[in-house]
Amino acid sequence: MSASAVHSLWTTAAEPVSRIDAPHIEYGQLSPILIVVGAGVLGILVEAFVARRARYHVQLFLSVVALAAAFAAVVGLAVTGHGSTKAGIVAMGAIAVDGPALFLQGTILLAGLVSLFTFAERRLDPVAHGKQVDSFVAQAGAPPGSKSEQAAVKAGFTTTEVFPLALFAVAGMLVFPAANDLLTLFIALEVFSLPLYLLCALARRKRLVSQEAAVKYFLLGAFSSAFLLFGIALLYGYAGTLSYAGIAEVVDGTVTSIDPALADTMGNDALLLIGAAMVLMGLLFKVGAVPFHMWTPDVYQGAPTPVTGFMAAATKVAAFGALLRLLYVVLPGLSWDWRPVLWGVAIITMLLGAIVAITQTDIKRLLAYSSIAHGGFILAGVIAMNEAGISSVLFYLLAYSFVTIGAFSVVTLVRDAGGEATHLSKWAGLGRRSPLVAAVFAVFLLAFAGIPLTSGFAGKFAVFKAAAEGGAGALVVVGVISSAIAAFFYIRVIVLMFFSEPRPEGPTVAVPSPLTMTTIGVGVAVTLVLGVAPQYFLDLANQASVFVR
Amino acid sequence: MNPVNYLYLAAVLFAIGASGVLIRRNAIVVFMCVELMLNACNLSLVAFSRMHGNLDGQILAFFTMVVAAAEVVVGLAIIVTLFRSRHSASVDDASLMKL
Repeated sequence: MSASAVHSLWTTAAEPVSRIDAPHIEYGQLSPILIVVGAGVLGILVEAFVARRARYHVQLFLSVVALAAAFAAVVGLAVTGHGSTKAGIVAMGAIAVDGPALFLQGTILLAGLVSLFTFAERRLDPVAHGKQVDSFVAQAGAPPGSKSEQAAVKAGFTTTEVFPLALFAVAGMLVFPAANDLLTLFIALEVFSLPLYLLCALARRKRLVSQEAAVKYFLLGAFSSAFLLFGIALLYGYAGTLSYAGIAEVVDGTVTSIDPALADTMGNDALLLIGAAMVLMGLLFKVGAVPFHMWTPDVYQGAPTPVTGFMAAATKVAAFGALLRLLYVVLPGLSWDWRPVLWGVAIITMLLGAIVAITQTDIKRLLAYSSIAHGGFILAGVIAMNEAGISSVLFYLLAYSFVTIGAFSVVTLVRDAGGEATHLSKWAGLGRRSPLVAAVFAVFLLAFAGIPLTSGFAGKFAVFKAAAEGGAGALVVVGVISSAIAAFFYIRVIVLMFFSEPRPEGPTVAVPSPLTMTTIGVGVAVTLVLGVAPQYFLDLANQASVFVR
Repeated sequence: MNPVNYLYLAAVLFAIGASGVLIRRNAIVVFMCVELMLNACNLSLVAFSRMHGNLDGQILAFFTMVVAAAEVVVGLAIIVTLFRSRHSASVDDASLMKL
């Protein structure tokens, strides 16, 4: 027997590999995402190859250019009709480029850009050893109070890695509201969550609190994404596909050809209901809706304040975008089941957020509870289940994100010897000592409260109107009541700032560089413009309110 | 063997992981329980993939493994920094911000 014949006893010639067609990728329509990811990767290379003293400027330049270019790309896509007439699904069904996706991506990029300015702020902390420092730790690996930390501070190290981390987070957030199958949804969720966990741990002052916040955020975030993934597995089991359109067809019962394997599972409503509930849990966690809100106050308080502002604004925009797409594209056939649940969630979120905020004594925690309450208001628009619901949520997210970033950047300015003076008692009399800062903060608080002529009013009005049209009148009543409760503590802070005596040992207000001034200025401008003349932006949100399927 | 049995096994593993997260005190063990939950998801994805005769579930399982690995990198970094500054990885000790 020849050698080859013996050999053939236990081997067989492999089939010639058939041609695998390369996937068709629409690079032009994905350009906003690709620009930001590319800049993030470049930022990592900058960390590796550029001299330490030059890194800060290179990173800042690179990230600002990337975010601005990506925003220009989004505008370009919107102008050429990719948001309306030419809306479509790209990258082999993974990503939808349509009105809501482009609107939210634009919002996330602008919010990311202005919060990046607060990341780069270097005039607030006192000069250490002749070097200007930002609000991020000198060396994250050095334990607080150790010799190695002192050495790192003395050498003037700064963590410039925050810029690429923020870019990666922004990239994930851009994909999240545009994800058109469950795989992309899950990967996008992780891509924006993981950098955020790290960013939370990097505060220069109060490092123990910052690390504690990161551990809490990480463990709970990983826990919730495991639930999301199990929900995805069950939905996949139910529908036999991961694509949104495919699942929607099975849910609606309009499948044309049923293959026999699918016939077993697609009749199984338990898979659908439990799966949808678990996926919703994962998304509501990111949104910070009650009862999945427990992480919000601790993480918002512990994280470095620029990161808190970024996280509070951009994460919410991305997560609500994904939630909207899931509910309006995949699960409209199930709305009789999810609407009552979200009714309950929205009501307790609005009430609990507003009521617990009254008892808070720390300004960052107060803003955290206020963000929970705002999540409830936005949920009211989500429940509306009509086109006005989509456009009002888009508008609200735009308005809310700039108010939030502005408010948190004002918090970075009020400082005492230990860093930021976040205890409310220290804010007493701030209006007498530095009227401008207090007035700006008052504008943001009034916008949070939804006072007319601010963006908060226009947003709340749009959301409640949509909810009322969608048959959720009771929700509107609860919303107005909790707005009134919330207005109480916003006004209380304003009264505290303007009508009480300043303490002799009170905090000082640091004079920021033009970076933070830009952030705050943009925040005030957007708040007032959206409040006084919201029509243009409401129309824009209206035009952008059709999902592609 | 009927692939449905693997789904039951996955559900049991997921429940064990979830209760571990809620019960255990050490951050590392909590994190291992989260990993167990992710593996339970993988098992059910692969089982469903076998039942349906398409590969989407298996592809997602590969992605999940990559995500789990990335999560380990980030998670251990965070937990180790916490341990080095407190000399304890207990999630109960981390309570500076309790109201």
